[in-house]
Amino acid sequence: MTSSGAPTQSGRRLRVRKNHVITITDLHKSYPARGANGTVEALKGIDLEVRAGEIFGVVGTSGAGKSTLIRCVNLLERPSSGHITVDGQDLTTLTDAELRLARQGIGMVFQHFNLLSSRTVQQNVEFGLEIMGVPRLERHSRAAEILALVGLADRASAYPSQLSGGQKQRVGIARALAGNPKVLLSDEATSSLDPETTDSILELLRDLNRKLGLTILLITHEMEVVKKICDSAALIEDGRIVETGNVIDLLNTPGSKIAHALFPLGESNGTPGNTVVEIMYAGHLSDEPIVAKLSRSFGIDVNILGAAVELVGGHRVGRMRLELPGTVESNRVPIETLKESGLFVEVLAA
Amino acid sequence: MNQERWDWNTMIPVLVKAITDTATMVGLALGFTIIFGLIVGVLLVSTDDDGILAAPFGSRRLGRALHAVIGFLVNIGRSLPFIILMVLIIPFTKLLVGTFIGPIAAAVPLTVAAIPFFARLVEIALREVDHGLVEAAKSLGASKLTIVWKVLLAEGRPSIVLGLSTSVISLLNYSAIAGLIGAGGIGDIAIRYGYQRYQEDYLLITTLMLIVIVQVVQLVASGVAKKLSHR
Repeated sequence: MTSSGAPTQSGRRLRVRKNHVITITDLHKSYPARGANGTVEALKGIDLEVRAGEIFGVVGTSGAGKSTLIRCVNLLERPSSGHITVDGQDLTTLTDAELRLARQGIGMVFQHFNLLSSRTVQQNVEFGLEIMGVPRLERHSRAAEILALVGLADRASAYPSQLSGGQKQRVGIARALAGNPKVLLSDEATSSLDPETTDSILELLRDLNRKLGLTILLITHEMEVVKKICDSAALIEDGRIVETGNVIDLLNTPGSKIAHALFPLGESNGTPGNTVVEIMYAGHLSDEPIVAKLSRSFGIDVNILGAAVELVGGHRVGRMRLELPGTVESNRVPIETLKESGLFVEVLAA
Repeated sequence: MNQERWDWNTMIPVLVKAITDTATMVGLALGFTIIFGLIVGVLLVSTDDDGILAAPFGSRRLGRALHAVIGFLVNIGRSLPFIILMVLIIPFTKLLVGTFIGPIAAAVPLTVAAIPFFARLVEIALREVDHGLVEAAKSLGASKLTIVWKVLLAEGRPSIVLGLSTSVISLLNYSAIAGLIGAGGIGDIAIRYGYQRYQEDYLLITTLMLIVIVQVVQLVASGVAKKLSHR
């Protein structure tokens, strides 16, 4: 037993580690089904841990439950069962008043921005501060400060309807961060923006994450978002987390669905009878001429069926699908050699 | 009777009194209508599904019951012709004001008739407010009162102002009927002088006044709503 005072993990007991800002334990959420009797189970037992200072992305198709999941984190939706701990506080046990206070420490940005049209940019940013009871002068200076941080200092007196989508989302981010929350929840924040604006908003989030040490939990259906800014990711399918981990680790995990989605290698599957392998490499290994080495050492004609090399969270990462002539049996030695050199190798077909 | 037409010396005092009476009853009724109409309108919206008072004290059943009762009362108020409502609540008016004659007493049935009307318009205005804004406020830790005041009512303001002008015009309309039980006012003059005494000068001038008042009310309301709206 550890001496940190954390409860031991017996069965489904709460387990909250110090460096985890968000801990979700066995989260279930059901809705009454429309029309007919019965319920729709949107979340079927989610466990998730977000470390302090990281950007964690939950990806999934629409209907997988990711939106329900993020809305459960600040209890906009009340879970049917399970626990949500944010910054050491189990939100599911709080009274209404305590929950309101806790929410002030959890910022949230939305796909459709949700800015108050009757308020100027500055007044929107001050909204959360008003709720917190911050005095007027302090509100003004804090709003000015945060607007400068998101690059909108010159639009303080504009109304949301006068702004572009990207600017609106910047206001949304400024409003969410005005009260200095530890955590930012992002509900498809870039999904209604064009690709260029998406990039600039993602950059801003990355920037704020680094400058402020802000922990970000985001949900998205776009793999690009994970590729560009996420440190960790989880894949949600049909109300369950099917894969989770550090993005680089996932890329090096054979059979990872996230890795496959991040690096689509096309549909080419080689000729029957030959061996098809997929290799993944990250960091220094990506500098090595793998294919050339393989041909030279074993005298085989390696055919590249698909390949992708990209920057993921600042690391050079690649995936490659190779076709080796002959059966898996006859290629055992080259495959072993690849594995021994530190690459992650997956034999797909023979 | 052979009275001279367009005799301003006799007309002006009569008209001034009429305007004062109308302003008194409509003004009083309007004040109370705004207060109670907003409250009822907010309750109608917030006790509905997904509303912030959908489950007062944690009970959705109570919320549903509240919603049904308020809706029922509002519909009753809306279904009675004003002249019948006015007569029906004479005892209530007497209890409240001590008499049922005069502009102040007339404000009571006017208010009772206008509250459900305005409340429904407030309801429409508040339903137009994007639910996402309520969620955003919740995510910032807003209380229910803050959500009502700073989100629902603040965002619904332009539509509420337009609803208010519609209500003022309805009140003017009703106030003419209130003249029948001795409330006085512009409509009363039109009926007594114009209709019963065939004095078309009064009929014309009061009609003109009503037209001008309605136009001004609508113009002002549209202007204010436009100024308030930043959508």
